[in-house]
Amino acid sequence: MARRAGLRSVAVVYLLAVLLGPLAMVFYRAFGQGVRPLWVALTDANTVHAFRLTLEITAIAVPVNTVFGVVCALAIVRRRFPGAGIVNALVDLPLALSPVVVGLMLFLLYGRTGWFGPSLAGHGVQVLFATPSLVLATIFVSLPFVAREVVPTLRELGDEQEQAAYTLGASGRQAFWRITLPSIRWAVVYGVVLTTARSLGEYGAVAVVSGHIEGKTETATLRVQDYYENFNTAGAYGIAIVLAAISVLVLLALTLLRPKEGA
Amino acid sequence: MYLFTMPMNKARKTIVLATAAAALAVAAGAAAGTNLSLVAYSTPKTVLGKIIQAFQQTPAGQGVTFSQSYGASTDQARAVANGLRADVVFLSTGDDVNLLVDQGLVDPNWSRQADGGIAADTVVVFAVRNGNPKHIKGWADLVRPGVQVVTPNPFSSGSAKWNILAAYGAERRLGKTDPQATAYVQQLFRHVVSQDTSGRNATNTFLSGKGDVLITYESEAQAARQAGQNLQYVIPRQTMLIELPIAVLESSPSKNVANTFIRFVKSPPAQELFAQYGFRPVDRKVLAKYADRFPSRPGIFRIDDRYLGGWRRADKVWFDPSKGRMAKIEQAVGGPTAG
Amino acid sequence: MTTFLSVVVLLPIAALVWSSGSHGRHAFWSAVTAPEAVAALKLTLGASLLVAAVNAVVGTITAWVLVRDDFTGRSLMNAVIDLPFALPTIVGGLTLLTLYGPRSPLGLDLAYTRTAVVLALLFETLPFVVRTVQPVLHELDREAEEAARSLGAHEGRVFRSIVLPNILPGILSGVALAFARAVGEIGAIVLVSGNLPFRTEVAAVFVFNHIQSGDENGAAAVAVVLLALAFGVLLAVGGLRHLATRHERGT
Repeated sequence: MARRAGLRSVAVVYLLAVLLGPLAMVFYRAFGQGVRPLWVALTDANTVHAFRLTLEITAIAVPVNTVFGVVCALAIVRRRFPGAGIVNALVDLPLALSPVVVGLMLFLLYGRTGWFGPSLAGHGVQVLFATPSLVLATIFVSLPFVAREVVPTLRELGDEQEQAAYTLGASGRQAFWRITLPSIRWAVVYGVVLTTARSLGEYGAVAVVSGHIEGKTETATLRVQDYYENFNTAGAYGIAIVLAAISVLVLLALTLLRPKEGA
Repeated sequence: MYLFTMPMNKARKTIVLATAAAALAVAAGAAAGTNLSLVAYSTPKTVLGKIIQAFQQTPAGQGVTFSQSYGASTDQARAVANGLRADVVFLSTGDDVNLLVDQGLVDPNWSRQADGGIAADTVVVFAVRNGNPKHIKGWADLVRPGVQVVTPNPFSSGSAKWNILAAYGAERRLGKTDPQATAYVQQLFRHVVSQDTSGRNATNTFLSGKGDVLITYESEAQAARQAGQNLQYVIPRQTMLIELPIAVLESSPSKNVANTFIRFVKSPPAQELFAQYGFRPVDRKVLAKYADRFPSRPGIFRIDDRYLGGWRRADKVWFDPSKGRMAKIEQAVGGPTAG
Repeated sequence: MTTFLSVVVLLPIAALVWSSGSHGRHAFWSAVTAPEAVAALKLTLGASLLVAAVNAVVGTITAWVLVRDDFTGRSLMNAVIDLPFALPTIVGGLTLLTLYGPRSPLGLDLAYTRTAVVLALLFETLPFVVRTVQPVLHELDREAEEAARSLGAHEGRVFRSIVLPNILPGILSGVALAFARAVGEIGAIVLVSGNLPFRTEVAAVFVFNHIQSGDENGAAAVAVVLLALAFGVLLAVGGLRHLATRHERGT
């Protein structure tokens, strides 16, 4: 019991200092001037559009990265192909890139003088300063999470159950849907939650490629920056709270939806 | 007015009036339905919003819609260089406009227009703590023992270049030689406790309690005060005039309307709005009207001052990432050979 | 999957590497060995490794507490773990500055120091180890632990011999993520560290400055080196996991 209390206090103290303290500060600052400035800031037409844009981007990035993550994790763990270790490390690499560099890379590819920019422009396709680049940047920065969550769980589980299923005549697909997927549900849930949170909160790369066009290419995080630039603290922290709330709701929804834990 | 006092027969008068009305109608009609993309730096967002509204009330601006983008000046310039659609840019340094000139996106003669292509001005100022406890009045006070200075990094923030050039220029104006003035800048950087990546972040650092003095711009300080922040500032006798350029893009499909807008921005109604929001008007009459808010200083100098030689020269001498003076100063102050 | 990986990850990285080398080897080398670049790289690597190590320990403890323990507020604690991600980095930086800066209500002034860099990184990487260990703990078969306890092993022994080997892949996974993120982080750091070259300037800020001042190739060069170093550490962590779990393989 003493050990338990000891561990608990370590976790709580750490979380208080590093996480809960700052979170409390966010609320304090958001409501610091009362509800009215907060309300005005959050219902501004450009801000509402920004929320919608962020949710659209997230709605694309999360499923894409989830499918990729599960497929990739299965390949890395189950299919021992040469170079699996390299692919494993490659998957994490997007995180190591500073967001500013991500923006730079997208400029190098799709800019006016980039690798693909001129030819795409010739076909009337606009990548930069439009939603496509926002989606690309967001997919890039939130790529690793589902894979990273699923890989250790898959390793821990081993594949005996699937092997058993095959000997009983199950097809690959049946084995996947009936056995593999349910067994990695927690990993996928947390992976999706992390990916969602990251997509909601992405700022750096998106800031470089968005063009900051009000009412068109401003995401919620860019609106936060906008409010900050104009000394509108209530607005900046207010948007942050909404983003946090969405993230928590997603977590709650997913943990409530998952099949109940049982023997 | 002259037209109406001339002895004219009624028919002629009618024709003249009708032509004038038709011309106005054509101008208004021509502009209606146009969409102008304005790409600007962050601080003037509020005032530009007001100016746009005022412009849309004029005949020439009737029916013109605007798409607005605000961000850090150099970021915005680079975005436009990489394909961000823009008809008009309003940036915080001529340096950033030159970036676009070099890409062939802005006419090289942009600074030869009326008012040198400038829409509004501001000056370099020192923000200090309430009551100015360290009695900071001029550049010499910044290098007194124990004084902590906050300024953005000129490599990350194009606008921060103004601060460095102001420091150097002020010393030259006071009679120091080139090496002495450069040494002053180095000395100054020994007192710098935070080099933020933008002017706004530097203001935030100062407001969070760090430093005794923040080198910033009058427009930024005024914006902070108008937003309720308690920011007291001092204008040193020797200071630099920050000239904020506005330019039309060569690729703009609506150049006529864009130029009309730019002319409006330099006209008295817009200049009044600039003054109300903390920017020094370029229109002298309007500036005189707001003389209390924008005190003059005997030692105000500009980027074209002979000690600085314009943006291209100043950029090369001071801000080349490897060979410029600032790079050497950063190394001397912080590097392995630093004291 | 490989096409996706190539298009989304490899192509942009290829563009970056190409850009860094486009002015020749000499330019690349001098950009990368510039004293300020070296100082920034050292600070970034040091801080990131430290943060990864701290996360390994505290993150595991937190995951353990969230999965195995039960107390009021546990669900709340679980729900907020991911918030450092959902919040734009600027918000993280601003709040840390308020809490631990010059006007800190706690009387601490850690801002504008290297400690501030570590603090900002701890905030931004908090979810990683916690969230990678949690699913593994959930799936852990408790029977082996029960058996060991019934045979008289005390808690520490049970943890070390039975639990730890099984959650180690999860820990290492989280550590890799935390390290990778720490290496690239800029948004929260710029607000609290002061970005003083040679002292509190991290590699990401150095790269940012060079992009801003038009030296994109120099920036790309340092970014590529940083990437290579991160890749090396990630491979090493992967290798560690390989070694640590070799008893499981060979079925």
